[in-house]
Amino acid sequence: MSDKAPDTAGMDYLQTLPRRWVTVYIPMIVFLILLLFPFYWMAMTAFKPNEELVSRAANPFWIVSPTLAHFEKLLFRTDYPQWMWNTVLVSVVSTFASLAASVFAAYAIERLRFRGAKQTGLAIFLAYLVPPSILFIPLAAIVVQLGLFDTRWALILTYPTFLIPFCTWLLMGYFRSIPYELEECALIDGATRWQILVKIILPLAVPGLISAGIFAFTLSWNEFIYALTFVSSSETKTVPVGVVTELVEGDVYHWGALMAGALLGSLPVAVLYSFFVEYYVSGMTGAVKE
Amino acid sequence: MASVTLSQVRKSFGSTPVVLGVDIEIADGEFCVLVGPSGCGKSTLLRMIAGLEEISGGDIRIGTRVVNNVPPKERDIAMVFQNYALYPHMTVYENMAFSLRLAKAPKEEMERRVDEAARVLGLVEYLGRYPRQLSGGQRQRVAMGRAIVRKPQVFLFDEPLSNLDAKLRVQMRTEIKELHQRLKTTSIYVTHDQIEAMTMADKIVVMNAGVTEQIGSPLDLYDNPANLFVAGFIGSPAMNFLPGKITAAGIAIGADIHLPMPANNLAEPGREVIVGVRPEHLAVADDGVPAEVVVVEPTGADTQIFCKMAGVEITAVVRERHDFKPGTAVRLRPELTYIFEPASGRRLA
Ligand SMILES: Nc1ncnc2c1ncn2[C@@H]1O[C@H](COP(=O)(O)OP(=O)(O)OP(=O)(O)O)[C@@H](O)[C@H]1O
Ligand SMILES: [Mg+2]
Repeated sequence: MSDKAPDTAGMDYLQTLPRRWVTVYIPMIVFLILLLFPFYWMAMTAFKPNEELVSRAANPFWIVSPTLAHFEKLLFRTDYPQWMWNTVLVSVVSTFASLAASVFAAYAIERLRFRGAKQTGLAIFLAYLVPPSILFIPLAAIVVQLGLFDTRWALILTYPTFLIPFCTWLLMGYFRSIPYELEECALIDGATRWQILVKIILPLAVPGLISAGIFAFTLSWNEFIYALTFVSSSETKTVPVGVVTELVEGDVYHWGALMAGALLGSLPVAVLYSFFVEYYVSGMTGAVKE
Repeated sequence: MASVTLSQVRKSFGSTPVVLGVDIEIADGEFCVLVGPSGCGKSTLLRMIAGLEEISGGDIRIGTRVVNNVPPKERDIAMVFQNYALYPHMTVYENMAFSLRLAKAPKEEMERRVDEAARVLGLVEYLGRYPRQLSGGQRQRVAMGRAIVRKPQVFLFDEPLSNLDAKLRVQMRTEIKELHQRLKTTSIYVTHDQIEAMTMADKIVVMNAGVTEQIGSPLDLYDNPANLFVAGFIGSPAMNFLPGKITAAGIAIGADIHLPMPANNLAEPGREVIVGVRPEHLAVADDGVPAEVVVVEPTGADTQIFCKMAGVEITAVVRERHDFKPGTAVRLRPELTYIFEPASGRRLA
């Protein structure tokens, strides 16, 4: 990517300052506002006392006397910490399980070239296109028959149904960008298939693994339908489901606590992204650079 | 070290035949160069010897062992790839030590061998670097180092110099040759550059369209090409070819050029032939054949004269300096000619 920098710098003389405002800065600012406003609103609501929230006179965009009351309610008078723990556990386990399965699947489809490898790749992709809103009914039947209803296992085992196809596709593209000669050279050097995978392919695919991992983690962190249907007791709920089912009582919306829950729930993902953003970008754009 | 023997080796990709029955014998310690135009099957043949492609027919022997179904790592060979195929995530040291590490060689032994190879190749100060921090020539050396630390029976090279600039190529050519003289490991080297072939080889195999056209020492191929293809491929600038006809007196080229008969076993008046003359076998002489100068290119040591003879563009290389202008009439005397049969390309004399 650093190779590209001189190119854009070279075009700079075409860009006068007013022109840059029109083509770069103003669109960027509009985009940022659109993107960040929901988070701003969420944060405002989470710290606002209830009186200000419902008052018509109060400024909706500002807080006069910020409070931690909603967080206090969330953390000490609901099962929120338990939901958080469930979400972490389910997301981490299903992400790692899916990554492991996807590495083998993607490598086999991309490099072992068995008969029907192409069709298998396509079939996996098609599986990803089936929407969860159709799948959750038959999956629910399976979950119940396995006796997993209302356990964390129900989620840990069903999330890979959409994570594996996704990760496999991402990794297939990544493996494809690793030159064949490296593997052939390793083969001559005396490596077995397994050693090639572990010592050559995986170290080179680290950016791909990280971006697949982040994606899978985010998808399972935010998953809603399966979590809503496959678990019912408060102790097994995940954050997205727990927040909307337990903090809305009848037609009473505990807006402050809801927003506080959403805010806390989105923090881990945001932190994860910020750590790996560079790998993430290079993972999405592929290519092993020598 | 070992000899390598190919007998009737064939290869098809699906229904497309690519290598059509090749016989080559490479003696222990020999430096053999496979040369031929692009797409003639050189790499495919080399990859079959390495065990990276399956063999569709025939036998490949390394030493006395038939290796047709032996996996690459048990063939005791090392290969240098055109794009070097260095492991990007390993340092130079780790790249060179990789095969020894897989073979579970003791640590001191590994260090000693990598050190030795690094010293031979002048890589000692680069051992801690990653491939991306090296120049093309240095990467090339690392690829060679990776091959020599293993002390294999056979080295395989697939156009290892084609990514280097002209000057470095000449330098590396010499280095590889020196290395071979020092290690005396049987080597098979693929190139499409006939100069590389001529300068490096003990034995050249000229390939074309999946078959071997001729096998022999460099000078043997130069002096005695078996057919039109080899004659045109070996030698630079390439041999000139003129269409001719056998007459009672000799060989007629066009209406007014008559060459003496090179050998008397062709006495078959009226037969069409192709006459081949190497540029360096054309001398400027008063009793020569008339031609018209088109372009003159002095290189310092000698001068290439491009001219038209009997309507055909030909090249002459002369050592003495002449002041020819385009359009001048010159007389060139062929000192040595080769006669080929047009249809089969076979050499007649
Ligand atoms: N995997 C493959 N599948 C089908 N055809 C192939 C395959 N590999 C090579 N070929 C064909 O085999 C022929 C010989 O290829 P090869 O790579 O051996 O040529 P080469 O002599 O090494 O040429 P170059 O000098 O360009 O490297 C080519 O016509 C090529 O198209
Ligand atoms: Mg080739």
